Amino acid sequence: MSEPLALSSASGEPSATGSVRTLPSPASPTRRRAFTEALAAWTLAGPAVFFLLVLFFLPVIGIFVIALSDWQFGVRSFSFVGLANFREVFADPGFRTSLLNTVAYVLIVVPGTVVLGLLIALLIESGKSCRSFYRAIHFLPFMATLTAMAIAWEALLHPTIGLVNQTLAAIGLPTANWLRDENTALPVLAAIGIWQNLGYAMVLFLAGMKSIPQDLYDAADVDGADLWLDRMRTVTLPMLGPVSMFVVIVLAVRAFECFDTVKVLTRGGPGHASEVLLYTLYRESFEYLRTGYGAAVAVVFLAIVVTLTLVQAGVLDRKVHYQ
Amino acid sequence: MASVLIDSIDKNYGPTSVLRGLSLPIADGEFLTLLGPSGCGKSTLLRILAGLEVQDAGSVLIGERAVDGLKPKQRDVAMVFQSYALYPHMTVASNMALPLRMRRLSAFQRLPLLGRFMPATPRIAAEIDVEVTRTAKSLGIGHLLARKPGQLSGGQRQRVAVGRAMVRHPAVFLMDEPLSNLDAKLRVQMRAEIKELHRRLGVTFVYVTHDQAEAMTLSDRVAVMLDGELLQVAPPKDIYADPDDRRVAEFIGSPKINMLDGVVRERGLIDVAGSTLAIEADARAGEHLTLGIRPEVFHLADHGGQGALTGSVRMIEHMGSDLFVHLDLAGLDHPLIARLLAERAPLISPGQTLHVGAKPERVLLFGRDGRRLRRQVGSGRASVTPIREITR
Repeated sequence: MSEPLALSSASGEPSATGSVRTLPSPASPTRRRAFTEALAAWTLAGPAVFFLLVLFFLPVIGIFVIALSDWQFGVRSFSFVGLANFREVFADPGFRTSLLNTVAYVLIVVPGTVVLGLLIALLIESGKSCRSFYRAIHFLPFMATLTAMAIAWEALLHPTIGLVNQTLAAIGLPTANWLRDENTALPVLAAIGIWQNLGYAMVLFLAGMKSIPQDLYDAADVDGADLWLDRMRTVTLPMLGPVSMFVVIVLAVRAFECFDTVKVLTRGGPGHASEVLLYTLYRESFEYLRTGYGAAVAVVFLAIVVTLTLVQAGVLDRKVHYQ
Repeated sequence: MASVLIDSIDKNYGPTSVLRGLSLPIADGEFLTLLGPSGCGKSTLLRILAGLEVQDAGSVLIGERAVDGLKPKQRDVAMVFQSYALYPHMTVASNMALPLRMRRLSAFQRLPLLGRFMPATPRIAAEIDVEVTRTAKSLGIGHLLARKPGQLSGGQRQRVAVGRAMVRHPAVFLMDEPLSNLDAKLRVQMRAEIKELHRRLGVTFVYVTHDQAEAMTLSDRVAVMLDGELLQVAPPKDIYADPDDRRVAEFIGSPKINMLDGVVRERGLIDVAGSTLAIEADARAGEHLTLGIRPEVFHLADHGGQGALTGSVRMIEHMGSDLFVHLDLAGLDHPLIARLLAERAPLISPGQTLHVGAKPERVLLFGRDGRRLRRQVGSGRASVTPIREITR
């Protein structure tokens, strides 16, 4: 642990970790060495700290400042309005709809992707042949550009000439105008979200399964837990705990960040039926140019994502890390 | 309680033959150790006994019942793994209870929430609890029942693994290098505990190890394996003092046995490393053979010449009561190691010329094929005894 050592030396405190150190007198060799050490530490960490500040912390601080102002994009002057933007955000039924839509979207996408991803991973792992082929085709959607894929989905979901409706009609099932019906728009977007993330979850679960020691399965066999369900419950699922935690967090954050499909396919419509947080943020900031309001939405969004991550990490961490 | 009969087992992984026609009877209540270097097939044999691997030919009988084709859980065996293979998400109590739950509770009774409300579940679960607690106490881990494996030390994990195997009273205990993950001190302690456990339970133990000290201290009989074949099955002291095969002699004993090439000069005399030793051998004059001399067989001789080997001291290792003297002999590419009493230490220094002798009856003779050449005199045995006839 050289980093804490270097940092504590930089602040002028005698380090407790240096075992041979005795009362340093000014300009003593120990003091000089501590300085050199600190210099080296800051030189090495410097570029990363700089870019972190410029690319991450400053913009976030900027967002907070803008959220407290009435600034409009392109206008030269602005004044601080306190929490007025936040009051407006929370009083706005449009924002509430957008928030609820986002939550609904996340609640469909995360469990759907986890369950389907796990199922596909189990199926691939249980079979012997064509494993890499199955892995590849399920992973493809994750690799593709979502905007381009969204256009392909638009064609598939076209009310009259789309393959989906034609297929449904051919086998005598009711059709729908999937992206223009307020009952189906959000679920369809969620389904596309699942389709896109499925391969990612699957790959992570496959990697997790590979790391389960064969000894545990052998022990389960000897102990009598040798049926499929018993093996799953005794070994596979518990041992996938850490991976699942990671998958759930990453998927939840990705689902909260849903934007591309909404922008391309529905533009939040019909009405506000498929309006999600990031799309609201985008529209308020860059279409209506209400930058202060948009920044307030961004702050709320950031708060949700950070809270989510902390809560999930805190709750799940205790249950899944065994060592 | 059951005997085990391994009969002509073959096992191949693709073109690689791992076990070749291996047969081994194990008596009821015996502690048998499969000893061999890594890759010799000993773990594979154990896994075949457990039912975790299927043999290509041959059969396994446990308690006179053929178990080929039976699942591991139907074989009445328990296994302790090298990694312990404890379920990390379960407490010690749940780990130990699992084999009993799987046997005594039906699939419905084991359902996560509903199972608890099935009529007989609470009674059976309480019985299991009692048995787990009793077993845990007998192993000195009663206070750890609520912990998870991650919170335990290596020795405690080892005990939990043994407890999980013990709790359902299997007929045969299978142990796959159970001590190799422990530090040296704990290994010696756990070795004694396993020995005690065997004495107390009185069931058959089949123990796999590559550690000769474990094999020698624990076993009733040791089966030395190499390249998928059994070289010798015998009690530890015979394995050491009376090996059937050169490879057995070389594998057992530390420091390693000295192997010297010799030529029979005439009946009763063998030329070796520039000297002539008076050793009786059933071999014709001019025949080549190998002399195996354990380090402790050597004694200091007053002078060179007939009956003694002469070399210069390369190195001396002090071991407390003994010292190992490494001697460079003419015509020998590796040094000879002699174990001498430490009392002689002041008299020996590197570079010095030393004469060592060996009692002829304690010198082991091996033929060109590596098989032991037994003599009429000395060991008293008339001929090589086939492995399959050695039983308790």
